[in-house]
Amino acid sequence: MMRALTWHGTHDVRVETVDDPEIINSRDAIIKITSTAICGSDLHLYDGVIPGVMPGDVLGHEFMGEVVETGKDSTLKKGQRVVVPFTISCGGCFHCKIQQFSACENSNPAEKQDMSATLYGHPMAGLFGYSHLTGGYSGGQAEYVRVPYSDVGPIVVPDHLEDDKVLFLSDILPTGWMGAENAEIQPDDTVAVWGCGPVGLFAVQSAIVMGASKVIAIDHYPNRLALAKQMGAETIDFRKTDVREALMEMSGGIGVDAVIDAVGMEAHGFAADNMIDIAKQKIGIGADRAKALKQAILAVRPGGRVSIPGVYGGMTDKFPLGALMEKGLQVRTGQTHVQRYLKDLLEKIEDGTLDTTFMISHRLPLEDAARGYKCFHDEQNDWTKVVLKPDMEMAK
Amino acid sequence: MRSNRDLKTPASVVGLGLAIGGIAFGTFLSRRRKGGADDAPVYARKSPPGDHSLVGRTVTIRKPRAELYSFWRNFGNLPQFMENVEEIRENGDTATWVIKAPGGASVDVETRVSDERENELIAWRSTDGSDITTSGRVEFTDAPGDRGTRVSLIMAYDPPGGAAGRALAKLFLREPQVQARHDLKRFKALMETGEITTSARRRDQTREAKQQENG
Repeated sequence: MMRALTWHGTHDVRVETVDDPEIINSRDAIIKITSTAICGSDLHLYDGVIPGVMPGDVLGHEFMGEVVETGKDSTLKKGQRVVVPFTISCGGCFHCKIQQFSACENSNPAEKQDMSATLYGHPMAGLFGYSHLTGGYSGGQAEYVRVPYSDVGPIVVPDHLEDDKVLFLSDILPTGWMGAENAEIQPDDTVAVWGCGPVGLFAVQSAIVMGASKVIAIDHYPNRLALAKQMGAETIDFRKTDVREALMEMSGGIGVDAVIDAVGMEAHGFAADNMIDIAKQKIGIGADRAKALKQAILAVRPGGRVSIPGVYGGMTDKFPLGALMEKGLQVRTGQTHVQRYLKDLLEKIEDGTLDTTFMISHRLPLEDAARGYKCFHDEQNDWTKVVLKPDMEMAK
Repeated sequence: MRSNRDLKTPASVVGLGLAIGGIAFGTFLSRRRKGGADDAPVYARKSPPGDHSLVGRTVTIRKPRAELYSFWRNFGNLPQFMENVEEIRENGDTATWVIKAPGGASVDVETRVSDERENELIAWRSTDGSDITTSGRVEFTDAPGDRGTRVSLIMAYDPPGGAAGRALAKLFLREPQVQARHDLKRFKALMETGEITTSARRRDQTREAKQQENG
């Protein structure tokens, strides 16, 4: 038996004792978790706005640890330290072969594909700890996890890099990086990033590494804006400033060349349409709040690029489709093709190009995970990133 | 092996998901791509012609045609991904399918290959006098470039006669479509990855294990 963070309903997660995982298929591996993080997208599950989560589901899709058991066709070896991508990819299907790993056709079990296929026209790939839409896999906010297709996903990390430096290869670092890559950043570009959560902060850092001449970060939490500034961005506090006017001025009256929505479906904001969307989400007629995205589409220059790493799950109302068409915008989005970026990003961590630890605000024992969720949700200014450690003792 | 040869209800038909009545389906199947005014397969039409139901589904599998064909042609392999088929025994030119039926029973169906072209298609039909009349057909064609092989499974079934039969059919006839879709996806996973994907945490929580428990 092991301890794990389980979901029981909106704002109700608990650390409980559940069955240990086992090797089932020959390409599986069992990982003993040493570090696992709470992701901003876990808060969508916490808020109950993602369908298909069942009571008792083990959450967590950012994790790393030590290989303790392998199936006969796993390429991993006992004792290796690995970081595991949140996307499960088989390596053998068409999408995996063209490196669109998050569109893997086989990692969501056949009998689980119908719900997402009905919603989206195609089934989603399997993801760890992220509802039965994405397979219903037990996640990594636990002592142990079963990793299927372990010969494809996990990356072995060198011993001299401590957990905090490499943990975010599992999701938010490649997600921020792909968010910037999808914005097709050119030298001389001015790029605006909505949301200074971990993905937004990594997108800011990535955009700068990719050569943007100016990156403007938008949020309202002073501490998060300060972190963006520390990464080299200029900042806008949307509670104090008219974002569109500011962006026009800060880009010389042209409009920003590319916009990155690192906020997603639970955007803050007090505009009337956003409040209506919040009300609809609360009473369960589920329109995604897309305040940030709508603003980004109006702010980007004609012919510009719109990148959406933020998570959306359903429909949205009053989408500025006309602006999208009339301005000739390009839109790129999607769950991250994590495996595509791992090797390069690990090198950039090793040579110091990317700083991955600056945003970690709290390290807690796994046992204290429920409090981690509550604070990460309620105190977003100070709780920027929570890392859970199964081995850590509870504070007395 | 549990067996109940007296089980002739649509429920057992459904376990297989491909019970059909009548030879008319032969022509129906072979003309499936010329079903109407457009080029879409007939099973994609909003109202398929006739009073019988038709199940069809295509998947693209990133493996050579010959490999997929030979795996399928060895009927003993099919239960690995066909969830409701317990066992298929080949006996000369016929094969006996042991189909799981509701309530833990099973039913045997004898089939004969009615048409086959190496690496292209396999069609089968239940033998005369079988408790259930069924037919199915699987086709293998090259996908463009290195995308592998398109595998189309087509099955037709006819709601059995009688008021009771129709009532039962209503209960179950949505199932074959779902079953065919899931079976094909499992075939794809098995061929492309060497295993059938499961999200279970423990062996006794897999779908297969639970079914045996319930069976």
